[in-house]
Amino acid sequence: MKPAPFGYRRARSVADAVALLAELGSDAKVLAGGQSLMPMMAFRLARPSHLIDITRLPGLSGMWVDGAGLHIGALTTHHEVETCTDPAVLAGWPAVTAAMSRIGHLPIRTLGTVGGSIAHGDALAEWCLLATLLDAVVIAEGSGGRREIPAGEFFLGFFTTALEHDELVVEVRFPLPAPHAALTEYAERHGDYAIVSAAVSLEMSDGLVRGGRVALGGVADTPVRVPEAEQVLRAAPTGPDQLGPVLIAAAEVAAAAVDPADDQNGSAHYRRALVRTLVERAGVRALAAGPGTPAAKQPAMTRSGP
Amino acid sequence: MTLHGDGQHDQALRAPRFGQDGRYVGAAVPRVEDPRLVTGRGRFLDDIAVPGLLHAQFVRATVAHARLLEVDLAAVRALPGVVAAFTAADLCLADITPLLDRPLEEFVPTSMPILAGAPDPAGGLGKVRFVGEPIAVVVAEDPYVVEDALELARVRYEALPAITTAEGAMADGATLVHDDAPGNVLVDVTMFATEGIDQVLADAHTVVEVRTSTGRQNALPLETRGVIAEWDERAGQLVLDTCTQVPHQVRTVTAACLGLAEQQVRVRVPDMGGGFGIKCVVGREEIAVAAAAQRLRRPVKWIEDRKDALTASFLAREQHYVARAAFDDAGHVLALDADIVCDMGAYSCYPFTAAIEPLMAAAEMPSVYKVPAYRVRGRSVTSNKAPTAPYRGVSRPQYVMVMERLMERAARELNLDPVEVRRRNVITTFPYTGVNHITYDPGSYLESLDLAEQTVRELGWYDVQAAARAEGRYVGIGYSCFSERTGYGSGAFARRRMQVVPGFDISEIRMDLSGTVTVTTGTQSHGQGHETTMAQIVADKLSIDIADVRIVQGDTDRILYGWGSFASRSAVVGGSAVGAAAGKLDVKLRELAAHLLGTRPEALELRDGAVRPVRPGQDDVPAEGLTFAELADVAYLKSHLLSKETEPGLSATASFDVAGDGTFSNATHACVVELDPGTGGTSILQYVCVEDVGVAINPPIVDGQVRGGIAQGIAGALFEQVSYDANGEPSCASFLDYKVPTAWETPDVLIKHLETPCLFTETGAKGAGEGGTIGAPAAVLNAVNDALRPTGVELENTPIRPEVVHRSLQPARGTKESAA
Repeated sequence: MKPAPFGYRRARSVADAVALLAELGSDAKVLAGGQSLMPMMAFRLARPSHLIDITRLPGLSGMWVDGAGLHIGALTTHHEVETCTDPAVLAGWPAVTAAMSRIGHLPIRTLGTVGGSIAHGDALAEWCLLATLLDAVVIAEGSGGRREIPAGEFFLGFFTTALEHDELVVEVRFPLPAPHAALTEYAERHGDYAIVSAAVSLEMSDGLVRGGRVALGGVADTPVRVPEAEQVLRAAPTGPDQLGPVLIAAAEVAAAAVDPADDQNGSAHYRRALVRTLVERAGVRALAAGPGTPAAKQPAMTRSGP
Repeated sequence: MTLHGDGQHDQALRAPRFGQDGRYVGAAVPRVEDPRLVTGRGRFLDDIAVPGLLHAQFVRATVAHARLLEVDLAAVRALPGVVAAFTAADLCLADITPLLDRPLEEFVPTSMPILAGAPDPAGGLGKVRFVGEPIAVVVAEDPYVVEDALELARVRYEALPAITTAEGAMADGATLVHDDAPGNVLVDVTMFATEGIDQVLADAHTVVEVRTSTGRQNALPLETRGVIAEWDERAGQLVLDTCTQVPHQVRTVTAACLGLAEQQVRVRVPDMGGGFGIKCVVGREEIAVAAAAQRLRRPVKWIEDRKDALTASFLAREQHYVARAAFDDAGHVLALDADIVCDMGAYSCYPFTAAIEPLMAAAEMPSVYKVPAYRVRGRSVTSNKAPTAPYRGVSRPQYVMVMERLMERAARELNLDPVEVRRRNVITTFPYTGVNHITYDPGSYLESLDLAEQTVRELGWYDVQAAARAEGRYVGIGYSCFSERTGYGSGAFARRRMQVVPGFDISEIRMDLSGTVTVTTGTQSHGQGHETTMAQIVADKLSIDIADVRIVQGDTDRILYGWGSFASRSAVVGGSAVGAAAGKLDVKLRELAAHLLGTRPEALELRDGAVRPVRPGQDDVPAEGLTFAELADVAYLKSHLLSKETEPGLSATASFDVAGDGTFSNATHACVVELDPGTGGTSILQYVCVEDVGVAINPPIVDGQVRGGIAQGIAGALFEQVSYDANGEPSCASFLDYKVPTAWETPDVLIKHLETPCLFTETGAKGAGEGGTIGAPAAVLNAVNDALRPTGVELENTPIRPEVVHRSLQPARGTKESAA
C-alpha cells in the first residue's frame, strides 16, 4: 500500500497549474485534498506520472453569494461548507451545508475539497449529486481559457467528466437558490459511500409546491435526474399538507424509472426499494428545510471566502 | 454474590474501597500505561528506529489455488534499492506443523510452509492455497522500493479449482486443498453421544431446529502484524521485536524453523495495539523476515499493511450449525443434537490447530443450560481462503447464538415467554457437572438473567415496544445468556488432546535495594492494562505503593516461560502467579525480619512498606519494624548478618495452574432494536449487559473489555463479513468493503455488575476478556427477530444484511429467510 513512483510539482498559480497540466500531459493528476486520489495511489489503482499540488493556491477557497448564485471555491473543504454560518448560504442552499456531515468522517472532510470531489466524478459523491440536482455550473480553467460547464453536461460516466486533461476546476456555482431541498442517503455505516442517495428540491410559491427536482446516486454510473418523478411533482400545485401522497407517487415513479445494477452492496431490487424510500424522505425533509428552520436561524457570522 | 448497582455509579461505588482499606484490587486504579500511551510516548513496533533498517514485503499469491510452476525474482533483484529477495528454496525453512494427540480419523495433520513454493521431491514447487499466501520475501532499502519490486516478480501458476465454501469443500470429488486431507476434512470429532438420545428426540413433546451460518470475520487489531528482526552478533542471537500475544511460542517455532537452539532466539514485545487472538498464533511472515535478517546480518522490518491484514492475515468465525433441541411441554430442554462445520481456510494454526473452533464449540455448547442428553459432531474443513485463528470468543459467539435461538424457537413453539424458557433451563446449583463432563464453578446465571430483564422493563422498553407495534413500527427486545470458561488450566487443554498444552503461568519477583519490586509475568498485555492489574495484585499482597511495583512482560530472555495471553487467562492464571510469587516473597521478608528482630515470622506482617509486628507493643518488637529497604540492605549488602540457612538476595518464583475445569464468567445481554422498513437498517436503541467476572480487579478496565467486546460482537451480528468471489478472490481489501462499525454505529452500553468470586484464584477474579463479544450476536439477532415477529420471519444467519431485513419486512413476503 505504497504509491508507485511519481513526480511532484507545486503550482504557484492557477495559470501555473494549467501550464503544468499542459506540459506534463494526461498522466499527471491534480492533488487537492487527496482523499480519494491518495488511497487509489496507495493501492496502485491510480499511477499518475506527476502530482500537481494546488493545495496552496491562493484565491480558490471560500464561499459567497451574489446575484449569480452561490459560489464555492474549488479548494474549499467539506468541513468549511459544513460549518458555514453565512445566513445567505444557509437560507438559500440548506441542502448543501446539511449534506456535508454525510461525507466520510471529520478528518476526510477537513482535507477533502469541493473541487476535488467534483473533478473526481464519483457517482456516489454528495457533491456530484448536489451539483446534478441544483444545476450547478462547474467553472474550469485550462489552456483554452475559462469555461463554464453545466453539471448536466459534466458527469459523463464512471469516474469520467467533461474536464479536459489540461483543465482545472476552480469553482462550483449554484446559480439558483434552493431553499426547499434535502439530500438523503442510506449506507450501512455513517460515512460510507451510500448504497443509494436521493436529493429533492421543491419549487414553492404562494405556499404551494408547484414542481421540483429529483436526483439519484447509486443507480447509474453518474448521478441522474429523474424527469419522470419531477413530472409528478409538477402535475398540480399542492399544499404542504397534501404533499405526502404526491411524494410517494413521485418516489414510485422514480423507482420504476431507474435501472440499477446488482453488486455486493445491494441487488437492483433493493436499490429500487431504497429509491422509493429515499425520494419520499428527501421530499419530506426538503419541505421542512428552508427559511424558518433551525439551520436558517443560526446567527449571522462573518462572510467566509473572498 | 454481591450486587454492585448499575454501571454509571459503579466506579464511584468501588473506588472508596481502595481509599478506605488501602486495597488496590477492586479499585478504579488509573492505568499505569495510560500516561505514555495518551501522550504519544508509547513504543509500538513501528516506532522502533534501528540504524540501517531494511524493509521487507512479500510476493503473494494472486490465485486462490494453483500449482506453482515458476517463481522468477531476477527482475526483483535487479531493481536498484533491493537488497535481497528470497524464495522458499533460498531459505530452506522447516514447515509449521501443528499437532493434536488424536487419531487420524479425528485429526489430519497438515503443514504450513513459511513460504509457498519449496521444491518437492517430484520436481514441483508445491501449491498456493489462498490469495495472499506469501511466496517470496523481498528486502529493500526503503518501504516504497520494496513495493515497486514486488510488481516485478514473475510467478507462473497452473490454476486448480478453488474451494471457497464449506459445502464445496465437502462435495463429492472436490479438489483437495491438502492431498493428505480426504474430503478436505481436517477435523471430525463426535462427542458426548448420550445413550438413547435419538429416542429422547423422537419422543419429545417439541423438537426445534436451528440452521445458522456465521460470516467470516477479521479480528482487526488496529495495529497490524509486524516484526523487526536482527542478528545480534554480540549476544549470538536472532532478536525479534514483534507484536505477539505469545512470545515464547514464537521463539519456539522460529528456532525450530531456522534450526536454532531456543537460546539463540530472543522475542521481545513492544506496546501493542490489540491482538484479539490473531496474534496468539505463530505467523509465517515473521519467521521469513527473521530468516532474511539472519542471512543478511542486517535489521529487517516488516509491517503488515492494511490490505494484507484484511486479506492475508488470520481470519475467523465462519461456521455452519444444524442444531436440534428437544423440549418437554413446560419448556425444559431434554436433548441437544448439533452438527458443526467450521471453515478454517487454507491452514491449521500453531499451536491451536484447525480443531480450535469445532472442539471449543463441541465441548462447551450446552452453555448455561441443564442439558440432560447431548450429541455433537464437530468438523473443520479446509478451503482456499486465508487461514483462521482463535478470535476473541472462539466459537462461543456462534454456539451461544445457536443455543439462544433454540430457546427462542422453543418459546415460540410452546407459546411461552422466551426469558421464562431460559429461566427454567439455566443452571442454578453449583458446582454443576454437565453432560459435557465439565464442572461449572458458581456463577449468577439466573440472577443476571433476572436483572437484565428487570432493567429492560424498568427502563420502559416493553412499553415502548407495545406502543411501537401499535403504530406498525418494528421494535424488538432480545436476550442472550451465556457463560464463558476462562483461565483454562493445563488439564482443560490436555483434555482437548493438544500436543502443546498451555495452562500454567510462572512469575518471578525480585525486591531491590530501594525496597521496590520487579515482577515478571508470562502473560502478554496487548492493550488490556496488565501493567496495572498485575501491579494491583502485588501491591496488595506486599502492602506497598503500586508505584513501587514494576511488571515485566514480553521478553523471552527475561521471563522464565510464558503462555502469553489468550482465552481470558491473564487475570486468572497470570494474576494468580504474580500473587503467589508475592506471597513467597512475603514469607521471605518476614523470615528475614524475624531473624534480625529476634522474633517469629508469624508475629510479623507486611504493612505500608515495612515488616511490622502484628500486635504492636508486644513480643518486644519495635512498632516501626523494618522497612523493605532496610531488609534489602541486609539481604544484598550485609549478607554476613543473614542466618546460615538464608540465601542472599530477595527474590522468589511461583507458578499457578488451574486445577479442574477452570472458572466460568457469565453474563446476560439485552438488546433493543428498531428496524427501518424503508431501508432494512437496524438501529440499536438500548444495550444492557449484566456481567459477573467474579472480583473485578480494576472495574474500569473490565468495563472497557465489556464495551470493546460488545462492539466486536455487534460487528459480527450486523456488519462485518470477509467475502470471496467464486474464484477465491477476496473482495474486502479495504475498510470500504470490510465494514467494521465505527463509534457512530456502536451503542453505549449500560453495564451492571454481579460478583460471584472465583474460589481458587488469588483475587477471586474470573476472566473478563471475551464475554462482550460472546453475548452480543445472539442478543442482536434475537432482538431483530423479535422486531420481525409481526411478519413471521425469523432470521438465523449473521451478519444480518439490511437487504435481508428489508425483504423480510415487505408485506406478503413473510416467509422463512431464503438468503443471507
